[in-house]
Amino acid sequence: MTDPNKKQIILAAYVGGVNEHTLWEAPGAGSQIEFDTFRHVAQTAERGKFDYFFLAEGLAVRQHGDDFFDHDIVGRPDTLPVLASIAAVTEHIGLVGTINSTFNEPFELAREFASLDHLSGGRAGWNVVTSFDAFTGANFRKGGYLDRDQRYQRAEETVRTVKELWDSWPEDAIVADKASGTFIRDASVGAFEHHGQQFDISGRFTVPRSPQGRPVIVQAGVSPDGRNFAAANADLIFSPFRDREAAAAFHADINKRVVKWGRQRGDVKIVPSVNFVLADSTAEAREKEAEIRQQTFTPKTVRVLAEQIWNRDLSDFDLESEIPPVEPDLESGRFVNGRTYHTDRNTDVAQLREYSQAHGGLGLRDVFIATRGRSDFVGTPAEVAQALDDFVQEDASDGFVVGNSVVPSGLDEFVDSVVPLLQERGSLREDYDGTTLRSNLGIPVPERGSTTPAIYA
Amino acid sequence: MADHRIIVAAALDGAGWHPAAWREPSSQPDRLYSPDYWLDRVREAEEGGLDFVTFEDNFALQSSDRRGPDTATDEVRGRLDARLIASRVAPVTDHIGLIPVVNTTLTEPFHVSKAIATLDFTSSGRAGVQARVASRAEEYSHIGRHDAPTVDSSSSGPAELSVTEVGAKFEQAAEEVDAIRRLWDSWEDDAEIRDVATDRFIDADKLHTIDFEASTFSIRGPSITPRSPQGQPVVAALAHAGTPYRFAARATDLVFVTPTADNAAEILSAVRTAEAEVRREGDELKVIADLVVLLDASDSNGTEVGGADPNSTGPDESAAVRLERLDSLGRPLAEATEARIVVGSASEVADVVEELAAAGYDGVRLRPGVLTDDLPLIANQLAPELRDRGLTRSTYPQDASLRELVGLPAAPPSRYAGETGQNSPAPASAL
Ligand SMILES: Cc1cc2nc3c(=O)[nH]c(=O)nc-3n(C[C@H](O)[C@H](O)[C@H](O)COP(=O)(O)O)c2cc1C
Repeated sequence: MTDPNKKQIILAAYVGGVNEHTLWEAPGAGSQIEFDTFRHVAQTAERGKFDYFFLAEGLAVRQHGDDFFDHDIVGRPDTLPVLASIAAVTEHIGLVGTINSTFNEPFELAREFASLDHLSGGRAGWNVVTSFDAFTGANFRKGGYLDRDQRYQRAEETVRTVKELWDSWPEDAIVADKASGTFIRDASVGAFEHHGQQFDISGRFTVPRSPQGRPVIVQAGVSPDGRNFAAANADLIFSPFRDREAAAAFHADINKRVVKWGRQRGDVKIVPSVNFVLADSTAEAREKEAEIRQQTFTPKTVRVLAEQIWNRDLSDFDLESEIPPVEPDLESGRFVNGRTYHTDRNTDVAQLREYSQAHGGLGLRDVFIATRGRSDFVGTPAEVAQALDDFVQEDASDGFVVGNSVVPSGLDEFVDSVVPLLQERGSLREDYDGTTLRSNLGIPVPERGSTTPAIYA
Repeated sequence: MADHRIIVAAALDGAGWHPAAWREPSSQPDRLYSPDYWLDRVREAEEGGLDFVTFEDNFALQSSDRRGPDTATDEVRGRLDARLIASRVAPVTDHIGLIPVVNTTLTEPFHVSKAIATLDFTSSGRAGVQARVASRAEEYSHIGRHDAPTVDSSSSGPAELSVTEVGAKFEQAAEEVDAIRRLWDSWEDDAEIRDVATDRFIDADKLHTIDFEASTFSIRGPSITPRSPQGQPVVAALAHAGTPYRFAARATDLVFVTPTADNAAEILSAVRTAEAEVRREGDELKVIADLVVLLDASDSNGTEVGGADPNSTGPDESAAVRLERLDSLGRPLAEATEARIVVGSASEVADVVEELAAAGYDGVRLRPGVLTDDLPLIANQLAPELRDRGLTRSTYPQDASLRELVGLPAAPPSRYAGETGQNSPAPASAL
């Protein structure tokens, strides 16, 4: 039974593949591209009454130096076609797709998400990301390099314009009265006009208003601009903060901004990306988790991660035994491309050195194993269920985007063993109440024509 | 009796190709945006053993005026993204090819390439794309790109693109399709190796940048999506004149043309001339005649046959009477379509198809006048008639890809196979 006195945990299922946390080497690891993989994860998540199924996006094959990544999962299908196909084999679960706002136009985005919303009976959501680099831009006719401080200006105007397009058809625009021969109420249906800094467009939108009116807006990005953008425009944030303290600080910070932008505390839900490891005993789970870290940090993975931090070729160093005794390259363009990096190189290197020295001169690989890539929730199903519940009830987040190191079967044990315990605790629905993503999340349909505050006036 | 098998396809759009189709008793105008409506239509076509269906799309709202938006309120308006409709039906259909129309002028080739490759995965090798050149001014004003052509100021009323400008867009379209195809080839078939011993998920030598330099754009690649089951999904285009024929001859596998009762041979030879002009290599274009069809609801013996909705207008209404009645409701069909309209019994329509086959056409794409009446009639009456005449195969071959269904070589190898390092593109030949 859901407990009215407890926050309901939002759960999303994530098909991994963007980073080293997915173990393609694991026995039982399936395809990262065949539809069966996506179907399996989505149907498993729906069995677990998850709120939504989630896909990330990448628009360029990653490179270090001149080499394509080959040690890590490479290649993925296109986000929205997969979600439209998943809509055919699921009924309730939301379908959230990551789509970049720099390399797509508002008219296309509005058409595609409104279409997905129709084709899924109101289950569509858009995770707005803002990658803007020239490396990715080289795959696009228009290029697409944006100044860093312009990416959210474009994103904000994109989202605002998309909402205008979604609102351009009134709910009752389609009359479809065979007897009188009136199909649409009047000839101005869909008319729009947007003249702004980024876009100067007008005409008639082609997709009738979709079941949710406006698909759900999700954001992922942690800079101050990213936080303001989310606080003003998003329904949900996909957050990287998985550590309890950092997550709670982020949750508090976002809610402060939400209020500042004239919305209500809690209007923007926050869901960090997390991993879990389950076993029958705590000790066994810890052991399994340590093993996963050993498997994660293959020599090549260590090298590419290090090259990303140092921003230079490190093939001359033995990363098993040392921390490269060179300084990061702060001058050159990016050595590792197609991955976000937002911390300070000097600080990161200093921390690695410090940790190594404090632990008897550990090599870089062991430092990574000790400090990175930890699974967040490790233990018996009961321990994990309790930890997840506490995390949410104590306002470190509003739920989780659950990943797993083995695709696609890894989610099964979570759904089989943890989900029933969360339901018992009264923090997770036993069945879906409605049919739309908004109804899953408890987010009302915004009034047609309502506006969100502009952070770039 | 025919010496070769022909392609039979259906073009799906709204309630059908007659402007008043949505007013028929069988029509479901309030379901045109629901997934089940589309799934039902595709399954009907699949039951008829058709080779593929196409899904119309346009960045501009439907209009009775080619030059711009109209003020009509009595015709269907609004559409869903065709790529996503095709993706929505893909996992729940089994055999039929799925060809969405995509505006290749205004959609990034990188996006088109991965969307269709993904449809090829979710449909297990049944994907294609009908490349559409944006020819209406509103399409450009909806996107608002700076590269939109200026519009013909001599035309009165809403803007229409001038012929030269559209010509330039066809030139560009050939390059766009070339880029899409190169991206499909940018991963070789067996690039994914998952070799634990050497810690390699892929063999990086089997991924290729395309470094494609077209006249107005460049694209680096490789694609983010691995090579799909067909390798090269099927590319089609609709074409009505020399410039579009040359575009098709340069870029596509199939071309939909619109011969009248009198000029079928002429149009076919114009397409062949275009192929020679652009020095097309490899397989000849498959030339497919578009026909708008309205079928009699009873067979030649006058007995009622299944398929049409029982609430429909009754077995005694001939297709000709039906057309007359629909035409009287508003804009007549003849004003709404550039394709030949064929009205009659299944055997009369089959005669027309057979004549086209005899004239050298590779097939027909049928545009049902009323989707909910004429598509079931195509599936249940016309398709068996064509089978009986030996014009089409009797069942779907097992696990056939769309390429195989339309007679293209299955799974061609990547053009980059065996190459390592950078690939320089072939210079683009002029239209
Ligand atoms: C949890 C999380 C997930 C992200 N997922 C994607 C993704 O799938 N695709 C992508 O292109 N960018 C992704 N990003 C990158 C962000 O959208 C954004 O481009 C980047 O974080 C820069 O924004 P910021 O400066 O506000 O952090 C993700 C970021 C975060 C924090």
